[in-house]
Amino acid sequence: MSEQVKTAFELKGVSFKNRVFVASGTFGYGDECLDLIDPSTIGGIVTKSLSRKRREGNPPDRIVETAGGMLNSIGLANIGVEAFVREKLPRVKTLGTGVVANIAASSIDEYCEVLEMLEREEGVDAFEINVSCPNVREGGLSFGMSCPLTEELTRALRPRTRKPLIIKLTPNVSHISEFARAVEGAGADAVSVINTLIGLAIDVETRKPKLSTVTGGLSGPAIKPVALAKVYEVSRAVSIPVFGIGGISDARDAIEFLLAGASAVQIGTANFVDPSTATRVAAGIESYCSRHGIVDVSDLIGAMDASQRVSVVDTWL
Amino acid sequence: MIQETCQVTGTELVTEETFVVSFESKRIAETIQPGQFVNVRSWFGSDPLLRRPFSVYTVDRDRFVSILFNVVGKGTRILGGLRKGDLIDVIGPLGTPFNLNLNGMKTAVLVGGGLGVAPLPVLTSRLKEKNVRVHTYLGARSKSQLIPSFLENLSVATDDGSSGFHGTVVDLLERELPELDQTPVALFGCGPNPMLRGLSALASKKGIACQISLEGPMGCGFGICQGCPVRLSTGAEEYVLMCREGPVFDSTLIEV
Ligand SMILES: Cc1cc2nc3c(=O)[nH]c(=O)nc-3n(C[C@H](O)[C@H](O)[C@H](O)COP(=O)(O)OP(=O)(O)OC[C@H]3O[C@@H](n4cnc5c(N)ncnc54)[C@H](O)[C@@H]3O)c2cc1C
Ligand SMILES: Cc1cc2nc3c(=O)[nH]c(=O)nc-3n(C[C@H](O)[C@H](O)[C@H](O)COP(=O)(O)O)c2cc1C
Ligand code: FES
Repeated sequence: MSEQVKTAFELKGVSFKNRVFVASGTFGYGDECLDLIDPSTIGGIVTKSLSRKRREGNPPDRIVETAGGMLNSIGLANIGVEAFVREKLPRVKTLGTGVVANIAASSIDEYCEVLEMLEREEGVDAFEINVSCPNVREGGLSFGMSCPLTEELTRALRPRTRKPLIIKLTPNVSHISEFARAVEGAGADAVSVINTLIGLAIDVETRKPKLSTVTGGLSGPAIKPVALAKVYEVSRAVSIPVFGIGGISDARDAIEFLLAGASAVQIGTANFVDPSTATRVAAGIESYCSRHGIVDVSDLIGAMDASQRVSVVDTWL
Repeated sequence: MIQETCQVTGTELVTEETFVVSFESKRIAETIQPGQFVNVRSWFGSDPLLRRPFSVYTVDRDRFVSILFNVVGKGTRILGGLRKGDLIDVIGPLGTPFNLNLNGMKTAVLVGGGLGVAPLPVLTSRLKEKNVRVHTYLGARSKSQLIPSFLENLSVATDDGSSGFHGTVVDLLERELPELDQTPVALFGCGPNPMLRGLSALASKKGIACQISLEGPMGCGFGICQGCPVRLSTGAEEYVLMCREGPVFDSTLIEV
């Protein structure tokens, strides 16, 4: 019998069973497919982005499959924070897994308000802030595309919670590590990397964009190499933990993220294909560790062997 | 809702271009209700990536389930190549079924356009179990595309007039409805959106209850992606999920 592999993950005093989570917007509120998966096998559920009021979301079509991935423009459709607390949380907090509330808003005040409403709720273990939301004050430019705004938002949220505060960064910027450094400086406990990449698909017969909003967010296996590079870049720039996200479908994908510098991973699009992906990934990481004589999954973090390689993040020449 | 890897028990070409793939799943066969669907995948890797949703076409001996489709893209091309003994991963039953407990319904009129015939056989057999009279109206582009099996009291319409009424199935129904309308009647429709719009308009003109089954892109099929909005007919911009509140809707409640 090999020794038990240590899988637990601790973030600011909150302990999660393992380092595998399901990503925001790809697992509902956690109670939709309990027939198909046992959430107690995974580290935690990140909820669909919650806003102050219910949001209807964008008109159809909201999704389109592309090579190795998909584009979505859901438009942050969600039931709103109050309905989440009333209708979803009582059940979700009993599932034996971590609950990370993801928050979306259109002003800093609204982010703060939603966070404060959830701060007093027992059963919410941590916050993840979706900064890829249009900011009404800035005429719709998303918070996450402005480094000063992302920093200001983090600073506003920090004193309002004692729970772990995770900022989910967008890759649609020139230097994501600047954003990571800024939010670390503003008191964030972790960053999530990455949200979807802006993409476009066109029907050539009708010449119309395939999504109602013209562009959407690209996710799935197609984005994995980009996501890995961003995780690598960010994890070298900050000392807070990084949640690696983007195109993970199996344990080997997840281990790549750990090796690149992620402390934990989130599974997104793969849940649509196989809702038990995160369960399989968690088990697969454990058996990989047993096979390789690794006693703690954390020993894999940043353990890519890049010796004799010159690391150039920003150029390929 | 279950997820199961099933064995394909047969593939059949029922028209020049339409496949029926059958697989064994006792649990889905026993629990499927008319109008519900399954979300399937028989490939690995990431291209195609997502599952593909299909109505359940037939249920046989509480053990075998089939789906009906044309090859229209990557997913259906792979599904059409399945052979006996191959494996197919199935999630189902999914969605809200047709409501068969309509007050006083004595006659059901089933209307299928093209591959919209798919959910009608299971619907027919359940209605008959409830002693409801079933009339079926089927529309297709031409005779070779009609799939008339497992249906009751069939009338057909073709766009080119090669079989039955020359015109749309809704036009045909409108002509014949007065005769059917002697007893309390309800409409059940599945097909392309223009047909469903026509059917809904006819139903509201005549004041007849009408349920329609929609299709459209789906990310997950079971309510976790918010990718399948259907607009409610409230006038406001309000949506429900096709995969959960649908795919079957009362035609007065939504905009097709
Ligand atoms: C509830 C439901 C029941 C259905 N039942 C049947 C059925 O019984 N028989 C049948 O032939 N078809 C049915 N469809 C449509 C079927 O799912 C699509 O034709 C199929 O997904 C096309 O896949 P593809 O890879 O061959 O085509 P592609 O064009 O390569 O598909 C690309 C993407 O677009 C989506 N897509 C494309 N066209 C459609 C469409 N018309 N409807 C929904 N999604 C689409 C696919 O899901 C996929 O994500 C149903 C759809 C839904 C939502
Ligand atoms: C349909 C869909 C909805 C999403 N909704 C949200 C959301 O509400 N909030 C958020 O922070 N991220 C959202 N995401 C982004 C994912 O959480 C994740 O960052 C991204 O999809 C990349 O991971 P993946 O390739 O594993 O899917 C969504 C992604 C998809 C595909
Ligand atoms: S297809 Fe994912 S919610 Fe309906």
